[in-house]
Amino acid sequence: MADDHVAYGGFHNAAENRHLLLPSLHAVQDSIGFVSHGALNYISERIPVAPAEAYGVATFYDLIATEPTPARVARVCDDIVCTAAGGDQLISTLEAEIGPEGAPNGEGMWVRSPCLGHCEKGSAAFIQRAGETALTIAPVTAEVVASVLDGTHETPESPRLYTPSFDALVKARTMGATAVRNEVTVSGIRGRGGAAFPAGIKWDGVADASGDAKYVVCNADESEPGTFKDRWLIETNPFVLLEGIAIAALAVGATKAYIYIRGEYREAENVLEAALEATGSDFGVDIEIRRGAGAYICGEETALFNSIEGFRGQPRQKPPFPTQSGLFGSPTLINNVETFAAIPGIIRDGGDSFARLGTKESTGLKLFCVSGKVAKPGVYQVEFGVTTRELINLAGGAVGELRAVLTGGAAGSFLTEAQLDVPLTFEDGRDAGVSLGSGAIMAFNTEVDMGAITHRIAEFFADESCGLCVPCRVGTSQQLEIVGRIRSGTDTQTDYDNLDAVGWVMRDASICGLGHTAANAIESAIRIGLIGGDS
Amino acid sequence: MIESTLPEPRMVEITLNRTAVTAHADATILDVCRAQDLDVPTMCFLETLSPFNSCRLCVVEVAGSRTLVPACSRIVESGMEISTDSERITDARRTLYEFYASTVDLSLADAETKNWMSKYDVDPDRFGRYEPHRAVKIQDDLYIRDYDKCVMCYRCVAACGPDAQNTFAIDVAGRGLSSTISTEYDVTLPDSACVYCGNCIGVCPTGALMFKSEYDMREADTWDEGRQSITTTICSFCGVGCNLELHVQDNRVVKVTSPMDHDVTNGHLCIKGRFGYGYLQEEK
Repeated sequence: MADDHVAYGGFHNAAENRHLLLPSLHAVQDSIGFVSHGALNYISERIPVAPAEAYGVATFYDLIATEPTPARVARVCDDIVCTAAGGDQLISTLEAEIGPEGAPNGEGMWVRSPCLGHCEKGSAAFIQRAGETALTIAPVTAEVVASVLDGTHETPESPRLYTPSFDALVKARTMGATAVRNEVTVSGIRGRGGAAFPAGIKWDGVADASGDAKYVVCNADESEPGTFKDRWLIETNPFVLLEGIAIAALAVGATKAYIYIRGEYREAENVLEAALEATGSDFGVDIEIRRGAGAYICGEETALFNSIEGFRGQPRQKPPFPTQSGLFGSPTLINNVETFAAIPGIIRDGGDSFARLGTKESTGLKLFCVSGKVAKPGVYQVEFGVTTRELINLAGGAVGELRAVLTGGAAGSFLTEAQLDVPLTFEDGRDAGVSLGSGAIMAFNTEVDMGAITHRIAEFFADESCGLCVPCRVGTSQQLEIVGRIRSGTDTQTDYDNLDAVGWVMRDASICGLGHTAANAIESAIRIGLIGGDS
Repeated sequence: MIESTLPEPRMVEITLNRTAVTAHADATILDVCRAQDLDVPTMCFLETLSPFNSCRLCVVEVAGSRTLVPACSRIVESGMEISTDSERITDARRTLYEFYASTVDLSLADAETKNWMSKYDVDPDRFGRYEPHRAVKIQDDLYIRDYDKCVMCYRCVAACGPDAQNTFAIDVAGRGLSSTISTEYDVTLPDSACVYCGNCIGVCPTGALMFKSEYDMREADTWDEGRQSITTTICSFCGVGCNLELHVQDNRVVKVTSPMDHDVTNGHLCIKGRFGYGYLQEEK
């Protein structure tokens, strides 16, 4: 038992092992379903870290409980795509048959969850189970949730994996780091995570930065509502991702890489673990998987670093940028799953063959996640240049009468009729105000309650703001209140003026991209008349 | 006399509000502004602590930057064009103060905050004025915590942790608007790692952390800063030589601070210097 009156948290002493804090909290959470005071003290003593700091980290994440919690917790998605698919019905069935949200019912409990990244399946639940592996069920019904909560649900077996040859990695080794980076530059590939930064410049930046240790980090914290391409990539071909990371490590001079995967992607994590095991140790880089714990903000690159380092997953003020000072303060290459997964192809076939696809500024192929009211929701790989309308048609066309399309996730915006025909490239999107973001395209028809959808987006940002900076901490919650009034028809002109000011200050003064984009979807919903006015 | 062998500091040329200025290459924008007698509002920033980038009140415009830039943490660069007086900045700062007023009881905020709020014509009711409702945490005879007044500036966390005391008794718990400053599992201060240095009180800008003596007098309506004098002395408990400022009202010490610019303390003390004044006066 730790001595409660002593903080074993000397700064330098703690620095060495602090990155083990989140994995330790996960271990306790997985084992007994919550992190008890005694367990937290024990972890604090062993790492060592001050208990108050460990508590601050534990309480930051949705998937870590610090109070006694039922052994099985079903996190049922009620985010925008699931709501459009009838998720509100699922929620009311759960309320009627199991009980209110967050109320223990025997050994089980259900709560609402932000987007779980299974949007092509219509509904989803993530189940945390004390003493057993967590699992995702999609699509899910109220009966299945009930069977999970009473412990009678049977877990399906994981799929088997094949081992590829890694010929691109072999080729990269013969080419050498400089030639590899050159191919990446020639390919013109831009980051697929949302910010669309040219990968070649980033890779050169890390390679040229001075520092004894350099890191490669793969951002697999895919949490943008309506986005599921990274999960699909990992589950269907984890090796192409691992190969891309190994090539990147070679190209920038890193010997250690992390894959930070969102805590709800447990199946994908298992696939990655198995793939890592199958590759053996001849990869030239030590790749370690780190699991998030339920916090959208950790997809922001500097928040992700803080999370790996064992701190609260809050963003850092930039500059310095990760290429100079990233993970553990070292030069760090951080890219999205889809970006790394494109690398083996670029090395195998040459950067110029990649650059021939798409447009001049938006080269190559891109994965789009088309979901909502379309006939065949799913991941669609297309050459850059396709329009939103074409993508919706590719997905079998809209079901019913198309009412609205949201691109780029909750951080993106609703499109006008004219914007549906804008090619989805970085340059056209920038000029026409169409956000590609993470590649999410969500279609809604006239049967969907757009007030509910808009409100859910506002709720999402209020829930997911980390709380560090005032514009976002207060702005997201003010935005939610005002949208609530607009939705219920109790709004006044002042509400619109205030919403304008809230949007401005979040966009202009927040510390990171979450705050910068938190008003986009709401403002566009009002602009095109999805809520407010005569809608 | 030993000649200094330190190299000349590297200087950069920047533009501040359309005027050319020469600045130290490692200075922040805020350093430069203050050196030019150009005042910039701050809440979370304190000279003796690392910038935390929370309040965003110090934001300025930097040419080429898509968003506003916090002056407290941004290092100047050669050729940087900074402006601190645009309507865009004023609007942002006004809204931020209005955000504070909607989430915090600012009644005891420092004079700087009140001056800026009046200068920017802040409407504290714009987003609904905050109504205090939390119970004040009184767990000992030394200091109280009134989180209705907490602006989450993180100064106390920094002072308790790596920037001064290295005790780490408190940190931020939770996330978003509902996050709070907390000990682990919200245990009481006597049950926490707190060593009662009181450095958190010393850095709090809004009176959320307060000497119990001050709190009691405010409750009894006897606290009157107009009747207080400040006597500077040196702490007699050990040989470090910390400067103390004894705040005295009616010939009794009512609280103790240390000057921020005192190079021994940087404003920080220990439990003895901060609270060990009982021997000076008969305790009731």
